[in-house]
Amino acid sequence: MHAEDKLTYETWPAEPEKSTLEAKNKFLGFWFFLGGETVLFASLFATYLALKDKVPDTTHHLAKDLFELPLTFVATMLLLTSSLTSVYAMYHMKNFNAKKMNFWLVLTLLLGAAFLVLEIYEFNHYVHEFHHTFTSSAFGSAFYTLVGFHGGHVAFGLLWITTLIVRNSKRGLDLYNAPKFYVASLYWHFIDVVWVFIFTVVYLMGMVG
Amino acid sequence: MSTYAQKKGFGATLWDFLTTVDHKKIAILYLIAGGFFFVVGGLEAVFIRIQLAVPNNDFVSAGLFNEIITMHGTTMIFLAAMPLVFAFMNAVMPLQIGARDVAFPFVNALGFWLFFFGGVFLNLSWFFDGAPDAGWTSYASLAMASKGHGIDFYVLGLQISGLGTLIGGINFLVTIINMRAPGMTYMRMPLFTWTTFVTSALILFAFPPLTVGLVLMMFDRMFGSNFFVTTMGGNTVIWEHLFWIFGHPEVYILILPAFGIFSEIFPIFSRKRLFGYSSMVFATVLIGFLGFMVWAHHMFTTGLGPVANAIFAVATMAIGVPTGIKIFNWLFTVWGGSVKFTTPMHWAMAFIPSFLAGGVTGVMLAVAAADYQYHDTYFVVAHFHYVIVGGVVFAIFAGTHLYWPKMFGTMLNETLGKITFWLFFVGFHMTFFIQHFLGLWGMPRRVFTYLPGQGFETSNLISSIGAVFMSLGVIVMLYNIIITSVKNVKVGNDPWGDGRTLEWALPSPPPFYNFKQLPLVRGLDAYWLEKMEGKKGMTPAEPLGDIHMPNSSILPFVIAFGLFVAAFGALFNMDDKAWSVPVLIIGLLITFGAMFLRSVKDDHGFHIHKEELMEDDNDKGVKA
Amino acid sequence: MKRLAKWRLISIFAILSLILSGCGEPFLSTLRPAGEVANMQYDLMKLSTFIMVGVILVVAIIFVIVMVKFRRKDDRIPKQVEGSHKLEIIWTAIPILLLLLLAVPTVSATFKLADVSPMDKKDSDALVINVRSNLYWWEFEYPGQGIVTGQDLVVPTDEKVYFNLISSDVKHSFWVPAVGGKLDTNTENVNKFWLEFDSAKAKEAGDLFYGKCAELCGPSHALMDFKVKTMSRDDFDNWVADMKDVEEPKIAETESAQRGQEIFNKSCIGCHAVTPANGTPPEARRAPNLTNFGERSRIAGVLDHSEEDLKKWLTDPEKYKPGNLMTGSYSLTEEQINDVTEYLMGLKVQE
Repeated sequence: MHAEDKLTYETWPAEPEKSTLEAKNKFLGFWFFLGGETVLFASLFATYLALKDKVPDTTHHLAKDLFELPLTFVATMLLLTSSLTSVYAMYHMKNFNAKKMNFWLVLTLLLGAAFLVLEIYEFNHYVHEFHHTFTSSAFGSAFYTLVGFHGGHVAFGLLWITTLIVRNSKRGLDLYNAPKFYVASLYWHFIDVVWVFIFTVVYLMGMVG
Repeated sequence: MSTYAQKKGFGATLWDFLTTVDHKKIAILYLIAGGFFFVVGGLEAVFIRIQLAVPNNDFVSAGLFNEIITMHGTTMIFLAAMPLVFAFMNAVMPLQIGARDVAFPFVNALGFWLFFFGGVFLNLSWFFDGAPDAGWTSYASLAMASKGHGIDFYVLGLQISGLGTLIGGINFLVTIINMRAPGMTYMRMPLFTWTTFVTSALILFAFPPLTVGLVLMMFDRMFGSNFFVTTMGGNTVIWEHLFWIFGHPEVYILILPAFGIFSEIFPIFSRKRLFGYSSMVFATVLIGFLGFMVWAHHMFTTGLGPVANAIFAVATMAIGVPTGIKIFNWLFTVWGGSVKFTTPMHWAMAFIPSFLAGGVTGVMLAVAAADYQYHDTYFVVAHFHYVIVGGVVFAIFAGTHLYWPKMFGTMLNETLGKITFWLFFVGFHMTFFIQHFLGLWGMPRRVFTYLPGQGFETSNLISSIGAVFMSLGVIVMLYNIIITSVKNVKVGNDPWGDGRTLEWALPSPPPFYNFKQLPLVRGLDAYWLEKMEGKKGMTPAEPLGDIHMPNSSILPFVIAFGLFVAAFGALFNMDDKAWSVPVLIIGLLITFGAMFLRSVKDDHGFHIHKEELMEDDNDKGVKA
Repeated sequence: MKRLAKWRLISIFAILSLILSGCGEPFLSTLRPAGEVANMQYDLMKLSTFIMVGVILVVAIIFVIVMVKFRRKDDRIPKQVEGSHKLEIIWTAIPILLLLLLAVPTVSATFKLADVSPMDKKDSDALVINVRSNLYWWEFEYPGQGIVTGQDLVVPTDEKVYFNLISSDVKHSFWVPAVGGKLDTNTENVNKFWLEFDSAKAKEAGDLFYGKCAELCGPSHALMDFKVKTMSRDDFDNWVADMKDVEEPKIAETESAQRGQEIFNKSCIGCHAVTPANGTPPEARRAPNLTNFGERSRIAGVLDHSEEDLKKWLTDPEKYKPGNLMTGSYSLTEEQINDVTEYLMGLKVQE
């Protein structure tokens, strides 16, 4: 199969993301990239665990003073739901339905953006109410780097998916752009999984103390 | 894109190389850049040995000496050894598996330019207020205290270069998994391809911790964070862990391709298949895996405690087993063979005792309690130079001779090659053998001088004289390269006569599309198999058809250049220079703009049509 | 030709190895162990070398045969041998056994060397020394005896001495090669270990062992030497008592020394103490304690202990230890330096 072929619902392959050599390569290459990213986040997690609650004196707030469950729970639900919506988007892509795919992708974007808004509010709260900043302690540096780096990944994902939607809005689905959508959705799932770990290691473990 | 570019002007050739996505040309770029940085690192080594030739010397100041040793290590490992190893992996692996290029040709070019600009950025530190001076390991407490911008050049330059290496690793992994020719099962892949495969997996998992460490250091120095600031709760041992979780696999990233090159050389020049192929594959994978389990043997004296030290000591000893398996298999490959002592074979045979010496001192170092004496002394310096020079550098010299015809179509002179070998081999042992004893006698490493009366004088002088021999060897090699290029005598597809693997079935150098028709692989040493049955070349696995090739592009160069510019902005922002933020933003815009362009502009490559291929009977290659 | 050259090289190396090993200075070499720790480590060195030489011999024999016996004589294609299961098992199993032979003593020694339990026991009469590394000097505090000194570490022989190691600024590493392996001095935690100084070997070494900094710490890393003065337990106790006797700064005796003392009290005493009972918190001590400076073996760790070298040091410390933190902290004329020199050389506790 060639990427430039004009296809129809009938001729559209069952796995469009793997139907050309380039697609197979992108698919495998991106999984490997996510492997590398996993080690990257693992290093940040290890650093966080080593520096958790490491502050210069007792005037600084620790994890158990800072984190609150309700806000974090809402953020988690937003991101988990956005992963679900991206799954629906891929379902429609496999069914050659560009319109429905884009609809669910836009929902994914909105949920992701809402997550980011909550996170910005949360950081702002820590900075102003608790003076817990990037430079206030080793704990602060580790927290903002780990969670902020994840947030940066979410932001990049939003830009990426938006670019794909806009770029391909006029021409519909083909075997050239289907793998691109698929890889973006893999990325989105990845940052969702990372968030689950952040929620557990940073927030839940932090509140338990 | 023509493959016979004889009449092309300089400008056109330059543009060709700036925009190429062809793995063979990228290999040449890596060879040239890596070779250049090897000379830079070599000069730094010569300066070190001049300073240490006599006690209380003042050839260089103490501060400058620390910059020189830092740059010597950093340049040699990141900018010389790794790129040179990448040169061979790029040049040879796709040919060995019967592919027309790597999985991501654009990304391959990007990887080169990122390495290149990162390396240039790092070395520009010499021309500003100083090179980094905290050792190639840049331990955090010293690095944080380092005045001037040396460390910042290190942190930014290596992040850029490291990114290039990482994407290179992903590229090779996907290529080997997805793009093997019909009939080439995993267990029919040449050993060099296997070592490329395992090396690439190591790169994928080892570079992220380094990246994280560098980012944390950058944050601490540039933005006032506290990862390594003890008074604010920070911990400098975290840097040690992150660095060595990268650093130990890194040395296997260096040595495994070297092992691969020797695994090609021994069979060719003994006319005998590699002994114990499956064991060699298994040993390679085991070395790669175990390589991630031993990092704290670099930290035995940090104070991790006896439990940690004991565990890492035993794990480190374990790596000796698969490595030993390899040495025996190589020896038994040659055993019973018909051996021709060409230049590559000189290097290969010298590698065995030299690397063995390095390996056994490695086992000695693994004894944690004894390492308390060896650590941070010249004993360690001797050990790692024996394995890196005796292993990696020997392999690079050997590979340069072996693959020169495949990359350039000419043959390096054998006599000059042997002269280089003897000069370098003698010099190498002269410099480094005695250093084992200097360490045992109480000489720490990274010292800019030593006092008389401690028994160090004569040995240091001998060590320094060895450097002269090595330098002469390299000079003769450069002369060899120059006269070979000038004479320009072309050779055929199998100039060594006994090529066993697919690359030797192709013209020297191959046409830009490599294979007119993908070959059918019928077993291990696929080309040898065909030769033994009296055939001239490989049987095709597909009918003649259109060949799909990637377009060249200037964007990889631009993307890397943008990061280079941005790094200057970031660095001088620490001095509150007014122009630094605009420069940073412009650099990032260049990079992300070029990436955006690449993402939204369709690029389907181009096709070479069947008719053009049919006319090209002699495989001279067709005009694109 | 090649065969002969290889033999010559191999024999040269063999002879060289024989001659060179077992050498080194008794006050500095790890191959001249002068205490229990260095002995344990030297034994491990010998064991590992012995095993490795065995491996090298086996490989060397095969290597030499291969080099000599299979040179190309004709155009035949040799038999293509796939491998040998038997050989693979042999050269996997034997190395594993050899490594087990090495691993057991390794683990045992690692735990033994880490056993600092007497340090933490109450009512322990173990001698404990707090080592604090700085750019570019060493402080030695004896908490049980209530004294602080620097640069020359004074220890009793034939008993275990325990150390707490920490750094004031960057990572250094505390190493007395002839006596035992090193341990890093970190900024964020205290490392602990022990050494033992053998009286007989100490005598061979002139009762003065060389100490080194073994972690790159800056330009003068190479010049951060310290010394270890060994003596009998009785002599050590006398030294401690003599040090403690200095409860107030000694009054200088000669005129020049008195002038020197005045200058010292204006320019130097802010950083350098001249009494051993130091009340300043450890983190705030910025320079070596000079109570017994007149009896030290070196000046600034690397210069000869003479008036001439002391004057050179005080005139231009940066020349002798680039990057040191005393540079530029005072300004003295040549005459003033002469006076201070006389004063400092008179700082002795034992007559």
